[in-house]
Amino acid sequence: MTTGTAIGGAGRVAGRARRGRAFGKLLQTEGKLAWRTPFGLGLGVVIPAFFLFIIGSVPAMRKPGPGTLTQFGAFIPVLIGMSLALIALIALPIPLVLNRDRGVLRRFATTPVAPSWLLAAQVVVNLALALMAIVIIVAGGALFFGVRLPSQPAGFVLSVLLAIAAMFAIGLLIAALCPSAAVAGAVGTVVLYPLLFFSGLWTPTADMSPFLRRLSGFTPLNAAVQAMRDAMQGTFPPARPLLVLAACAVICGALAVRYFRWE
Amino acid sequence: MDGLRKTYGPVTAVDGVSFTVGEGEIFGIIGPNGAGKTTTVECLSGLRVPDSGAIRVLGLDPQADRAELRQCVGVQLQEGSLPPKIKVGEILELFASFYAHPADPGELMDALGLAGKRGSYFRRLSGGLKQRLSIALALVGGPRIAILDELTTGLDPQARQDTWQLIERVRDRGVSVVLVTHFMDEAEELCDRVMLITGGRVAALDTPAGLAGHAGGGTHMRFVPTGPFAGQVLAALPEVTALERQGERITVSGNGDLVSAVMRALMAAGVEARDVQVESPSLDDAYLRLTRAAGHDPQGALRP
Repeated sequence: MTTGTAIGGAGRVAGRARRGRAFGKLLQTEGKLAWRTPFGLGLGVVIPAFFLFIIGSVPAMRKPGPGTLTQFGAFIPVLIGMSLALIALIALPIPLVLNRDRGVLRRFATTPVAPSWLLAAQVVVNLALALMAIVIIVAGGALFFGVRLPSQPAGFVLSVLLAIAAMFAIGLLIAALCPSAAVAGAVGTVVLYPLLFFSGLWTPTADMSPFLRRLSGFTPLNAAVQAMRDAMQGTFPPARPLLVLAACAVICGALAVRYFRWE
Repeated sequence: MDGLRKTYGPVTAVDGVSFTVGEGEIFGIIGPNGAGKTTTVECLSGLRVPDSGAIRVLGLDPQADRAELRQCVGVQLQEGSLPPKIKVGEILELFASFYAHPADPGELMDALGLAGKRGSYFRRLSGGLKQRLSIALALVGGPRIAILDELTTGLDPQARQDTWQLIERVRDRGVSVVLVTHFMDEAEELCDRVMLITGGRVAALDTPAGLAGHAGGGTHMRFVPTGPFAGQVLAALPEVTALERQGERITVSGNGDLVSAVMRALMAAGVEARDVQVESPSLDDAYLRLTRAAGHDPQGALRP
């Protein structure tokens, strides 16, 4: 009995170590694939970085903006939101659905590693891309365009994490519901534009009609921008945008888990 | 596997399929398209949940003991692509890392003629190479049972021969092989026993020779004896069903191991056979006969 438990325990430990190594290997492989097909890297990191430098170079952007920020300082959260949206809504779901279409998930189902691991590895790789983009935008803004680093770091990190959770949950829900990669691409794009619009990418939210402004407060990307902007100015973000993000993450995440199709 | 049953909506894919595969055996599953072959192996490998019936693989339940089962069963799927930009060596090493006792990916690549393609992207591989990689992935976990669905579809004749040899080497290491195939020559060459499924039911289960002998119209053996002997010597053999004499030439029809039984009987009678011709029944004939008998057009049936 004792030896049996001991052997079982050792087996479990060995199994856990092996699973850990397997997931590390999976992450490494997914990382290589993300580098070889730099879809997410281009969309979520290079494009926002390009915007950062173009828009940052416009002299009018140095003028004072809302609160203690310059115009460009107020634009930084919009850029972060854009990067998150492109990664979460386009770069994340399409390869996930492609893996399902191509039968890669099915092949994983025949191994000791569950197909959900592949999905998790892809999520982690896209998280890394999102963090890379955020660091480039915040550090680039500070180094080259005099944007002050967020004066309320804890509030900023919390806002960023909730924004990532909310956007990735929407992307995973798209992957869960769309039957093919083409449909996922189309749906992702259709969801992307209104969210970007309400985030104030083209029209600052302040210039919108009262109705649109109120409506935009309930969209995740706008909530993310408001929360990050507050944190940059040194005030801890108010509850409402944080709650909007958390609700979006929980609802979309739960639906994605509920409706994800493995085949 | 006992009394497997699986329906997809109104379509009954498999109904009452039962069989046992021995250790180190190559067990073939043949049958028309849509007969339920793939459903059977999918239930066997735990990819599908049967509606009823009991399945035990190495004493494990494919549903309840998923993790342990996957450690010792390697599956090659009929369909199943990979990301286009993954390299052959990478995917094999990745899959090897999933198992407690994996095979050596390098040796496997050598054995399957993939060694030169280690650094090639999956999308650059020809159909035959993709198929070989798929087989390699089924074997990389060092399985005790390999389930291979349409092993050599899309391979050229040389690659088929190589693959057959590989499967025999795998079996020689004590691995049991469940082989789903459309090719009767493959079943004849490789399988110890063959199960024919039509319309979701087992139509026949026997050795390839036995199946061919019973259903393929029997073996015919012609020879000229070196001397006279009593016809009863041969007619009394259990393997012999008919005996015909045309001049000095004798034609014996029968089944089972006809040729050696006749030779032994002739030797005992002090006669030798000259100018021997044997017409063996083919598994092809047996297959066509049995599928027609089951009321199925062997070509036409649709997949569910």
